[in-house]
Amino acid sequence: MADKAQLQEAIKTQGEVVRKLKSEKASKEQIDEEVAKLLQLKAQLGGDEGKHVFVLKTAKGTRDYNPKQMAIREKVFSIIISCFKRHGAETIDTPVFELKETLTGKYGEDSKLIYDLKDQGGELLSLRYDLTVPFARYLALNKITNIKRYHIAKVYRRDNPAMTRGRYREFYQCDFDIAGQYDAMIPDAECLKIVYEILNELDLGDFRIKVNDRRILDGMFAVCGVPDEKFRTICSTVDKLDKMAWEDVKKEMVNEKGLSEDVADRIGEYVSMQGGQDLAERLLQDPKLSQNKQAFAGLTDMKLLFSYLELFQVTDKVVFDLSLARGLDYYTGVIYEAILSQTIPASVSTPAEQNGADEAGVSVGSVAGGGRYDGLVGMFDPKGRKVPCVGVSIGIERIFSIMEQKAETSSEKVRTTETQVLVASAQKNLLEERLKLTSQLWNAGIKAEVLYKKNPKLLSQLQHCEETGIPLVAILGEQELKDGVVKLRNVASREEVDVPRADLVDEIKKRTL
Amino acid sequence: MQLKAQLGGDEGKHVFVLKTAKGTRDYNPKQMAIREKVFSIIISCFKRHGAETIDTPVFELKETLTGKYGEDSKLIYDLKDQGGELLSLRYDLTVPFARYLALNKITNIKRYHIAKVYRRDNPAMTRGRYREFYQCDFDIAGQYDAMIPDAECLKIVYEILNELDLGDFRIKVNDRRILDGMFAVCGVPDEKFRTICSTVDKLDKMAWEDVKKEMVNEKGLSEDVADRIGEYVSMQGGQDLAERLLQDPKLSQNKQAFAGLTDMKLLFSYLELFQVTDKTSSEKVRTTETQVLVASAQKNLLEERLKLTSQLWNAGIKAEVLYKKNPKLLSQLQHCEETGIPLVAILGEQELKDGVVKLRNVASREEVDVPRADLVDEIKKRTL
Repeated sequence: MADKAQLQEAIKTQGEVVRKLKSEKASKEQIDEEVAKLLQLKAQLGGDEGKHVFVLKTAKGTRDYNPKQMAIREKVFSIIISCFKRHGAETIDTPVFELKETLTGKYGEDSKLIYDLKDQGGELLSLRYDLTVPFARYLALNKITNIKRYHIAKVYRRDNPAMTRGRYREFYQCDFDIAGQYDAMIPDAECLKIVYEILNELDLGDFRIKVNDRRILDGMFAVCGVPDEKFRTICSTVDKLDKMAWEDVKKEMVNEKGLSEDVADRIGEYVSMQGGQDLAERLLQDPKLSQNKQAFAGLTDMKLLFSYLELFQVTDKVVFDLSLARGLDYYTGVIYEAILSQTIPASVSTPAEQNGADEAGVSVGSVAGGGRYDGLVGMFDPKGRKVPCVGVSIGIERIFSIMEQKAETSSEKVRTTETQVLVASAQKNLLEERLKLTSQLWNAGIKAEVLYKKNPKLLSQLQHCEETGIPLVAILGEQELKDGVVKLRNVASREEVDVPRADLVDEIKKRTL
Repeated sequence: MQLKAQLGGDEGKHVFVLKTAKGTRDYNPKQMAIREKVFSIIISCFKRHGAETIDTPVFELKETLTGKYGEDSKLIYDLKDQGGELLSLRYDLTVPFARYLALNKITNIKRYHIAKVYRRDNPAMTRGRYREFYQCDFDIAGQYDAMIPDAECLKIVYEILNELDLGDFRIKVNDRRILDGMFAVCGVPDEKFRTICSTVDKLDKMAWEDVKKEMVNEKGLSEDVADRIGEYVSMQGGQDLAERLLQDPKLSQNKQAFAGLTDMKLLFSYLELFQVTDKTSSEKVRTTETQVLVASAQKNLLEERLKLTSQLWNAGIKAEVLYKKNPKLLSQLQHCEETGIPLVAILGEQELKDGVVKLRNVASREEVDVPRADLVDEIKKRTL
């Protein structure tokens, strides 16, 4: 181990090396290599006697979850998972990194946002970018043709921080998908029912679920006169209608994307339409649209979907909206997006774009998105076997944000533990008795704590209860021990009652959930 | 492979190599069900003891992780330098914990953390070892009266192993100070303490003769010293052993050993106050929790099936329905058997007229007609 003076000398020298390379505009690889050496030397400087100097920060775009945030997170997951289970879904988990080649190819220009692992002589690896590609890989690898699964896990995107202020690079996704060949629109309807149930139970206020269909959009573009090769680019312009007014969207179509004003106006007429099953029926009467094969299939299925949604009693919040486009790269049929009616101000940190299966077209207030994607798994299967899929991604980071804000402004405290009772004593030399009672409570399944102090003051024990929200305190004293009772005190009201030892467990259970 | 992949690149069709990265694996639904059960038992125990939980990012700044692990540094997964900070995947949960405490200036916390960690183990040396695997840590940080938190940690291990029903187990305890004191009184030179320690550590895998050989031949101890160590390390016991060693003239004179033995005595006194009761349980492994399948034997009843299923969901019942307009009764029953769904609610024209549902127990095949209004309660009664 080099001594301090030698190290400092080495750091000085290495610093010169780095400065020289930078001024000579040497290659990036060279500079980075020398910088890494410099940092390593600096780290060793604090390394005497094994003392390690920590740089006290998390990586850019990542954050720790403190216990309060974890309590909120646990509550949200519990509600969501409970809904998935009510619908008979299983769950799987996949590794945090995949073979680089599994991930690339699918994301096109987003490839630069993928975190690669360093080539350390083995396979080339990258951190997963979403949960959809791992799902498709899992299905193909295990030759699975039918599964109803949910998957809640973190994904990783190297977003450019200048462009996307406040966006996390490590964030949760919560996906639910039904894979398999089934009779039309029933699984699609169940996905929407699930979104409805989850948003209701999370108590986020009023919401709407917009639905549309890729085939209806494509058919609509065709009858309006959009050239085939412009479908996708016009689609992403239409997608901006949730953020921009029609005039500006039309401007982009005409000026930037080269559509004639006529064509743009025709599109404008359609995309202003919203409704329910009635709109689907009306459009099926539209002579132009109904002649288009794609649109006809999409509208027929939309009608069928609404009939199922009525049986599932969710039509009060579902709207067939022709302006819904989403980033349509792998969607092949129905698409949907759930939006909270009460839009939260921009001060809430997590932008909407991180929610849903893709980046494009998710407006502020969006909390879920998805659709049908029948071609993805076939891309992974060596024989190209198709496994049709429909699914939804719940915008869980956005929901965390909203719940965290709610908790901050609410007077109710978020507890980080579930302890029911603190075992305490006002007198000295009662540690043994406290430990014995605490152990008995644990054995009976009661959530209990005891201070790690031989002779704590009653005040500090009560303070601990108040700080952490423990509702009850079981107080021992010489007299109580003689009488075979425990003083059970309600921390908030300060009401006390003597409870016989034998009845203590039941009494605690009665008074706490 | 890369060349082949390019070949399949026409028309956007991407040929994938269908495998997970070396040393990693998917968890299928059965494995997840087992995992969930294990986590549930463990977390329930942690919560019973008033622990909070935290989570940290999967990667840290490379400099946060290096320096701590010494020679294990080569086992750390680095992220590629893509022009930003140098990052590495966490190797354990302890260093992130220390970083979290320091960053947030926290002096007291009782926390658990269950998450995956990453080690680039050399596959030739460590066959079958995963590179991505779960760690489940529980730690108490803070200045407290001696040995009480230490005792609670052991109580937690005891409770968890009992509840997991893994059979009989033993928890061995010792103390770094007792070990160091013991080496000192046996005559081990100070600078050899750590290396002799790792040799003694092999006693759980090797016989004493071989351990002694290593100490003498490889580590340069004299046979006398090795024999003296041998006498001590063969000792096992409870609080009585700690008391006996406190009477040992040589050991009790050693400051370190004395402190360690005194604390060991105190620890055992607390462990006596913390007794535990046994629990056992065993259950069939299902991957879903569905209580009832809504089915029909006749055709054209999809609407009715969907309506009933929706009513059950609204009442909080875990229900499924096949995605088929006119499924055969046999396939619906088969689905129940394969996935462990205990009940099936069968609809038919006559039942609809009479306002009842045929509720069948899948295992026993017993059926009974239940009025629509009572169905939810009947299902709740028959399933947990």
